[in-house]
This record gives sequence, C-alpha cells and structure tokens, in this order.
Amino acid sequence: MASNQAEISRFNERSLVELVNHEHEASGKAICIPSRTREVALKAGLALLLILAMTFIALPVVALFLKSPLDTIFSSLQDPVVMDALQLSLTTSTLTTSIVVLMGTPVAYVSARFHYFGKDMADSLIDLPVIMPPAVAGIALLMAFGRMGILGHYLNAFGISIAFTTLAVIIAQVFVSSPFYIRQARTSFEDVDLAFENAARTLGASRIYTFFHVILPIAMNGLISGAIMAFARSLGEFGATIMFAGNFQGRTQTMPLAIYTAMQGDLDVSLCLAIILVAISFVVIVLVKTLTGRVYKKC
Amino acid sequence: MLEIDVKKRLRDFDLKVKLDVARGKTLMLVGDNGCGKTTLLNLVAGLDNPDKGRIALDGRALYDSDSQTNIPPEARGIGYVFQSYALFPHMSIYDNVAFGLRTRRMPPGEIKILVKDRLEAAGLWEIRKAKAADVSGGQKQRVALARALIIEPRLLLLDEPLSALDVRKQAAMRKGLSETIRACAVPCIIVTHDLRDVACLGDQACLLERGELALHGGAEEVLRWGSELDAKS
Repeated sequence: MASNQAEISRFNERSLVELVNHEHEASGKAICIPSRTREVALKAGLALLLILAMTFIALPVVALFLKSPLDTIFSSLQDPVVMDALQLSLTTSTLTTSIVVLMGTPVAYVSARFHYFGKDMADSLIDLPVIMPPAVAGIALLMAFGRMGILGHYLNAFGISIAFTTLAVIIAQVFVSSPFYIRQARTSFEDVDLAFENAARTLGASRIYTFFHVILPIAMNGLISGAIMAFARSLGEFGATIMFAGNFQGRTQTMPLAIYTAMQGDLDVSLCLAIILVAISFVVIVLVKTLTGRVYKKC
Repeated sequence: MLEIDVKKRLRDFDLKVKLDVARGKTLMLVGDNGCGKTTLLNLVAGLDNPDKGRIALDGRALYDSDSQTNIPPEARGIGYVFQSYALFPHMSIYDNVAFGLRTRRMPPGEIKILVKDRLEAAGLWEIRKAKAADVSGGQKQRVALARALIIEPRLLLLDEPLSALDVRKQAAMRKGLSETIRACAVPCIIVTHDLRDVACLGDQACLLERGELALHGGAEEVLRWGSELDAKS
C-alpha cells in the first residue's frame, strides 16, 4: 500500500511539472508572437520618424535648387549686389577666422591645461555668445562700441567710429563665431595626452617648442575643424551685423543681409546667394567630418 | 650618484622618500598602484615639484627647497621612458628618436648619423618611416628607449617598461633591456610590478607603501619580502 501511495505521489508530482512546463511553452509562444510584432512596429515607427526628419530638413534645400534654374543663377552672379556681398562676406569671414584663431588658440590652451581663479566664470563667458540671441549681441556691441557706447564714446573723441563700418561687421562676426572655435580647440587640447607634453620636456624641449612641435600638430585636425565652423558661422551671421554694422551695399552688406534685402525686390538674386551659402555649408560639413574622423591613435 | 630626499603631500598620504642610487646601478621601485611610484619619478624628472627636500645628480642640485633651486625638466638631462611610451603619434619612428637631438639644435648631418646608429642597434632602421601608432608593442618600447638614450642622459627613469608587452615578449625584452641599461653606466630607477623584472634588472630594490619606503635592500632579497610583510602584519 505504502509503495503504491509513493508511486501515486511521484506520478502526481511529475504530471504537475509537465503541466507547468506545458503552460510555460504555451505562454512562451503566446508572448513570442506579439513581441515580434511589437519589435517590427517599433522599427517601422522609428524608420518613419527618421524619414520625416530627413524630409523636413531636405525639402527646403531641394526646393531651393528646384526653384532656381541654373541659367538664372549664372546671370544673377553678374549682379553687383551678389558680387559685392560675396566679396565682402568672404573677405570679412576670412579676416574674422584669422583673428579668432590667433586670439582663440592661446585662450583655448590655457583653458584646457591650467586652473586659475574664476576659470568657470571665464569659460561660461566664452560660451555666452553661442546662446545669446544675435539681435541682443548686436545691440550689446552697439552699446559698447557705438558712437554713444562705453568704449565707442572715447574712440569717437579721437575721430574713430566703428559702428556701421566694415570693421563693425568683423567685430560682430568675431563676437558670435569665436566660441565655435574656442570650444572645439579646448576639447582638442584636452584630448592631447599630458604624457606627450612631459616626454617632449624631458627630451629637452621648452614649453614653447613643445607647444609648436608636439601639442599643436596633434591637436591640429580639431583646430582646423573649429576654424571651419567659425568661418561658417561668420559667413551666416545676420542679426548682430544688421544691428551693429547696418546694411550698406559693398561696405556692410554681407551675403545673408543681401539675401534679406534682395527678397523684397529680385528673388533670383536672393536664390543665387542662398545657393552659394548652401554649397559652402555642404563643403564645411564634409571638411569637418573628414578632419574630425582623422584622430591620432594613442602611442 | 643620484640623491633623493623629498616630501610631498599627495591626496591621501604624504610621500616621504630618502634614497641614493650609485652610477651604473639600477634601483627597482615596487609597490601597489597609487603608492607614489610614478609621482616619485615625475619629481626626479622635474615634471612635478616636491613640497620640500633635495634632489641631486652627481653633486649638482636639480631641486633644493632651501636654496630654491628648481632646474626645469628640459635642462635636467634625464632619459624617461613613460609607461604608455608616449611616442609622438604625428611623427615617424625616425623623427621620434631624432626629437631630443633637434631640441638641442644639433646639425642635421650629425643627427642623421646618430639616429641611424641608434635605430640600427635597436633593429628599428627598417621601420624608420612608419608612424609611431602603426608599430608593435615591442617596437614601441625599443623606440621609446632609443629616444630616451640618444640624448646621452645622466639618469634613466623607466616607468613599467615591460608592462604593455605580452608575457613571451617580456622575457626577450627583459634581457635586451638589462644589457642596454648596463651599457649606459648611469643611475637608473625602474618602476615595476613584476618580481621577475626585479630579479633580472635590479641591483637594489625598494618597496613603497603609501608614500614611504617600507623595505629597501638587494634585488635578491625581494622574494623574502612577502614572508617578512606577512610576519609584520
């Protein structure tokens, strides 16, 4: 009797285990199918979002090209408004980039390597023009360097007037584009392993020799991409320039200002200038991507 | 002769070291991570400054807090092989080795002869044009050593020179390293974690614990230290 009872209880246990396993399998299948469906639905949703985002960005750019026939663009290139704006923009942006690189490189290096009193404040101040609305930057520059400005007031006494001149265009561009270079340069200098600097010093190199022969070449790609970003930003600068430098053809009317002005009269000129700026933007993106992709491996 | 007697406040403890290394002798510095070994090398090289004390090489003070002497690293004439080797990634093997001679404004012809000799002796002449990032770990180690030795240093500092290599390469490199160091006949400090390095490369050894010299003796005594430390604790 006792052995029979034991057998029955073993049988019951086994059937219970089998039942549970069966239920698990069944529930597994039941869960499996919706989870796959969910995964496919999620991927489809993400793909749709991506396509929407791409279309949103691409559509205006494509529209720009579709709405401007090539022959109209070439004929507009002869327009003095286009030529003056193109020449002024390229000249001022090149000068701006040179100033930003010359002044920004030591600032970025000091910011990357040294700690000093008020460093956090200085770093925030450097970054400020990135988030400051361009119109605010323009009026701030006017209050500083304008005829009645804090500094401009004294300069005016010596017969020096900055506002509404080509120099004002450059100052506005330097103000808004310098953070783009300094931030990138600071990151590039921070990425240079301190061991390279130390190795150079023990091999007999002074701080200056080390900077020019070791640190600068290693950080160079980052610095160039920062300079390109600053160039692109100054080329597209509008708000601060129109507030501080005005809108005078050949003197302060850069390409974005010319696009705005021409919009009210000759749309072809606007489109021609816009296409030139789009082309430059593409070149900038390709250059920055290529340069930032070429980073030296650690040795 | 290298004389070190320094104190420096580190984050968690004070580094207090007093030791001498005679010309042609090699001191092995062992200890746990973060016990101050690399900091001590940096103090000797002038890459970091002690709070107090004196570091002298062949009787000439490199650092002396009393007389406020502090010779910059570029004027100390020290050959330093970093743990990561720190080969300049934008330069070829040739330019890396020539770097120390160029900083001394040596004529290019002379640099060419010296670098060629050094690279041939280290078996690196064939890869002289390769970028530093593209050579093997063992080759990097030999380049770093060649770069440190070409300036004819008065003192050699090696921070875990074999740790980046795999075990099989370590054995072969250890022998070559030992011969190279002996040939230099200058004081040498080597930081290591590996007791085989101590036995093979060192004349004397120091155990650094939380910034202080816990044990100091001949290289052959190192193996006994484990039991001594157990007895102490």
